Amino acid sequence: MLDFLTAPFGYGFMERALLGGVLVAIACAVIGTYVVLRGLAFIGDALSHAAFPGVVIAYMLKANIYLGAAIFTVATALGIGFVSRRARTSYDTAIGILFAGAFALGILLMSTIQGYTADLFSFLFGNILGITNADVLVIGSLAALVIIAVAFCYKELLLMSFDPVVAEAMGYPVQSLNYLLLTLVALTIVVSIQAVGVVLVVALLVTPSATAYLLTARFFRMMAFGALFSVAAIVAGLYVSFYLNVASGAAIVLVSTCGFFTTLGLRRLFGVLAPVH
Amino acid sequence: MKGAPWHYCLEVRNLAAGYGERPAIEDVSFAVRPGQMVGVIGPNGAGKTTLFKVILGLLPRLSGEILLHDADALGQRAMMGYLPQLDAIQRNFPVSVSDVVMMGRYPQIGWVKRPKGSDLAAVRQALDRVTLLDHADTQIGRLSGGQTQRALLARVLAQDPHLLLLDEPVSGVDPATQHAIFSVLEELRDNGKTVIVATHDLNCVVERFDLVLCLNRRLVAWGPPAEVFRDDLLEQTYGSHLMIIRVGDRRIVVADEHVHRRNND
Repeated sequence: MLDFLTAPFGYGFMERALLGGVLVAIACAVIGTYVVLRGLAFIGDALSHAAFPGVVIAYMLKANIYLGAAIFTVATALGIGFVSRRARTSYDTAIGILFAGAFALGILLMSTIQGYTADLFSFLFGNILGITNADVLVIGSLAALVIIAVAFCYKELLLMSFDPVVAEAMGYPVQSLNYLLLTLVALTIVVSIQAVGVVLVVALLVTPSATAYLLTARFFRMMAFGALFSVAAIVAGLYVSFYLNVASGAAIVLVSTCGFFTTLGLRRLFGVLAPVH
Repeated sequence: MKGAPWHYCLEVRNLAAGYGERPAIEDVSFAVRPGQMVGVIGPNGAGKTTLFKVILGLLPRLSGEILLHDADALGQRAMMGYLPQLDAIQRNFPVSVSDVVMMGRYPQIGWVKRPKGSDLAAVRQALDRVTLLDHADTQIGRLSGGQTQRALLARVLAQDPHLLLLDEPVSGVDPATQHAIFSVLEELRDNGKTVIVATHDLNCVVERFDLVLCLNRRLVAWGPPAEVFRDDLLEQTYGSHLMIIRVGDRRIVVADEHVHRRNND
């Protein structure tokens, strides 16, 4: 039994996948708390898809992939507000426009590349097993940055999320805090792309935090439980992909989703985990 | 802090503000001293909420000045407390009553720092004042309407502002809660705070307020209830929405149902 558990991690690539994956999981759960409570899942999905043209362009220019992804994601995050005001459309519509347009640009550019593009496919669907030591360093630094930013602005982000009107009346710069949060979402997405790919990042942002929300009525506990479930999904997903020889990113997301439905089902079965809201 | 007591807590001069190019309110000028309770009355659409939002910096001014303690109010918003109309707060948010009340302390705690023992004590004191101490750990969505209002009032109390702006704080709330809320407000007034309340309850205004501001897009009247509650001024404020019934020597003011209709009816 012990052998079953330890065997995968005799391999270096699995060790790095675990380390990188855990860092990604914690950052996603911290930011995911806000994503779930403030209904930012659609924006999160749009930002992750918007990263793709940045990745392709960086790949074509042989520049830093993370930088390319970050530029496009952050630009889209700031652009959504701009487009929705100028075009006088709803936020929802502006997101849809930028989401599809950016992603199509990425696909178009990828189609112009002669030759080997499997590397780029791995950014679409994840390649957690391909994480290098350098990647771990970048992921760790960005994840730490995100977590420290949230820790510094914890109260203010909480107030702004719960009651933006009174927050502004008290003198807080609600617009700026909003942009800060979206930028943190963007950075979290950038570090998560390698783990599960652009298409599935939203799951890492949403599902573990949504599972935590089923179990608690306290904000910090939601964040903590979210981190727990997120890390568990990474670990279990890696085991599943190792032993069943299936795609790792997808395995992680499916484990996470099963976790959500299991918790939902158990919640009703046992009155112990009574619905809190 | 200045050494001498301020002559006026809040001064509004020639204020105009609105949502588009046409002002929703204009020509509004008044000044309130510390330790006064002001009622703002007027029909729906008269601009009561607009007035509050401009004072708090939630809406830009088209013209005029707003001074708090003789300086621009926008730079001192932590000293102004706001209780908005009871529209939807996020009832599903995973925060307890004391978490919400603690939010009132955030400006005093400052960025980055965490709440201290004195902040926890202030929160308990505020909850005690509105008799919600028993519900300190209850999730905010589980409270009744009246309890939610009291919790949001406790948040303002925890903030300890010099000026309180309350938008229809007792609309749709049971009489016991109404009485409780007003007793808190009167105590604040007696302790030198400035309390401004927008309300539809004209009889309550006559009984409880030091000064009345009649608003109908412009300032119609400003002064003590005895001076302001004249038939002609009230008609100017409410237009055709008002009926005044005389019973003996008492004047009962009855506003028609359009005045009392609120968004969430």
